[in-house]
Amino acid sequence: MENWEVVIGLEIHTQLATKSKIFSGAATAYGAAPNSQACAVDLGFPGVLPVLNQEAVRMAVIFGMAIEAHIAPYSVFARKNYFYPDLPKGYQISQMDLPIVGIGHLDIDVDGETKRIGITRAHLEEDAGKSLHENFQGLSGIDLNRAGTPLLEIVSEPDMRSAKEAVAYMRKLHELVRYLGICDGNMQEGSFRCDANVSVRPKGQAEFGTRAEIKNINSFKFVEKAINHEVERQIELIESGGRVVQETRLYDSVKDETRSMRSKEEANDYRYFPDPDLLPVIISEEFKAQIKAQLPELPVAKKQRFKEVYGLDEDNATQLTSSRPLADYFEATVAASGCDAKLCANWITGDLSAALNKAGLEISDSPVNYPRLAGLLARISDETISGKIAKQVFEEMWQHPVSADDVINAKGLRQISDSGAIESIIDGIMAANMDQVEQYRSGKDKVFGFFVGQVMREMQGKANPAEVNKRLMAKLKG
Amino acid sequence: MSLTASDVKKIAHLARLGIDELDIEAYTHDLSGMLNLMVQMSDLNTDGIEPMAHPMEQGQRLRTDEVTERDQHKQFQAIAPQVDSGLYLVPKVIE
Repeated sequence: MENWEVVIGLEIHTQLATKSKIFSGAATAYGAAPNSQACAVDLGFPGVLPVLNQEAVRMAVIFGMAIEAHIAPYSVFARKNYFYPDLPKGYQISQMDLPIVGIGHLDIDVDGETKRIGITRAHLEEDAGKSLHENFQGLSGIDLNRAGTPLLEIVSEPDMRSAKEAVAYMRKLHELVRYLGICDGNMQEGSFRCDANVSVRPKGQAEFGTRAEIKNINSFKFVEKAINHEVERQIELIESGGRVVQETRLYDSVKDETRSMRSKEEANDYRYFPDPDLLPVIISEEFKAQIKAQLPELPVAKKQRFKEVYGLDEDNATQLTSSRPLADYFEATVAASGCDAKLCANWITGDLSAALNKAGLEISDSPVNYPRLAGLLARISDETISGKIAKQVFEEMWQHPVSADDVINAKGLRQISDSGAIESIIDGIMAANMDQVEQYRSGKDKVFGFFVGQVMREMQGKANPAEVNKRLMAKLKG
Repeated sequence: MSLTASDVKKIAHLARLGIDELDIEAYTHDLSGMLNLMVQMSDLNTDGIEPMAHPMEQGQRLRTDEVTERDQHKQFQAIAPQVDSGLYLVPKVIE
C-alpha cells in the first residue's frame, strides 16, 4: 500500500431545485404518483420540442461564479445516444464540447491543511427516469417522473489522493450547492449523487494508471468505503500480476465490495452530436451581472467575517456557516438579543443544534425561532437567570410556544441576586455544618464546592452563582 | 475513406436497427460516400471562420420556471402496451 499512490476524480450529479423540468413545464416534486409528472416532452412523443428553463441556466451560472470558473458566453446542448427503458427518447440531452461552466476550483480542508481541487467543468443535462425491478414478474416498471429533471454534472480534476480527500471534497460541494440554494442536497432522494473514478499508480510514476468508475455512491460513508475497497482491489490485482481494465463498477454496500457492471468501451460509444432542437445558449454580460448581484456571501468569506466581526473560534464559525439559514439565524439572534456573539454561537451550536438533531429538524423548522431564543439569551446576559436555569427554560420553550419571560415568571425562576437573602441562607448552612467550616479554614479548599452546592440546593438553583461565590468566600474567610 | 461491412453492422447495432444482410453492401457504399464528402469538405480553408453549432444564428429562448403541465398519464398510457399501477411495464433490464 505504501508504494502506491491513489488518484481520484469525482463526477457529481446535482439535481437543480427548479419547480419545473429543464426542457418542459412538468413538475419536479419528489414522491409524486408514478408518471403523474411526465409530460409529452419528457416522454419523447413525436413532434414535441424542448424549451430551456431559465432558472436552470441561472443556477448553473451562479454555481460557476461560486467556484470562480469561466462562464461560457456560448454553450451547446448535445445528444448522448444510448438505449435504456428509462430514457424515452433514446438519447439524453447533455452538453459535450461546450459546457456552460468551465475550469474552476474548490478548496478543501483535510487534517488542518487546505488543498485546492480543480473542477474541470460543470454542464447542464436532463435526468433519466427510474426503473423498478421488483414485483412485476419478469418485467420492469418504469416511472418517468424524474425524466427531464435538471442536473448539473460537476466534474473534478483527478486531484484527490485519498478516500478522505474525496469525502472532504464531496462534503464541501454538498455544502456549497445547498448554500447557494441550487440543490436541496437530499442524498436519500438522489438529489446529490456521486460517481468516482479511481486508479492507482506506483509512487513517483507520472502517468496515471487505468481507472475504474464506481457508479452511484449515495452517502458520504459509502464513498469512503467504496473507494478504499476499490483501491485495495486494484493493488491486489496488479501485485498478483493482473491488469486493471477500464470499466464501470457498482458498489454493493451490503457486501462492501464493488463488482463489474459493464465494459465501458461499448457503452461509451455515445455518438454525441449537437441537438438540432436546441439553439446555442448565449449568456450575455448583462445576464451575468444580474446574477453576480444576487450572489450571496460565500461560505469561505462568511466564515472569515464571523471570526473577525464576532470573535468566534474556528469550530463555531465553521459550523454556523455550513448553511445559509443557520448563519442567518445566528446573525438575527445576535442583532435581536444584543448579547455577546459567543454566547449566541454557543447556544445555537450547542443546545439548539442538539435539540434539532434529536428531532430531525432543520433550522428553518425550529420550534424556537430566533426572536424567542434572543429573548432567552437576553435574560442570561442581564443575569435574570443563570445558564443552568436557561437550559430548563429552553426545554419548556421547545415544547410550548411561550417566551422566556413567560416561563421565568410562571415558574418563579428569576435568579436571586439579593445579597441579604443569599447571606442569610449561607449563615444557616454554615451553622449546620461547622465541621466543614473548620476544614475549610484549616486549608481544605475543596470544601468550598460543598458549600456552593448546599446554597444552590437550598435556593433551588436560582441564586446568582457569582454572588454566591463572592458572599460565601467572604463569610468562610470569617 | 471507406467503411467495412462490420463497421456498418456495429453502427446498426448501436442504433438498434435491424438490417438485412443483403442490404449491407449498399449501406457500406452509401455511408462511405457520405464520409468522403466530409473528407472533401475538410480540405476547404476555414481559417477565420467561427464554427457554428446550429444553422440558425440565434440564441436559445429561455422559459420561465413555472409548472404548466398537468397530470395526463392515463391518456399517455392508453397507447402503452402494458401498464401497472401507473408504471409502464417493459421487458426486464438489469445491469
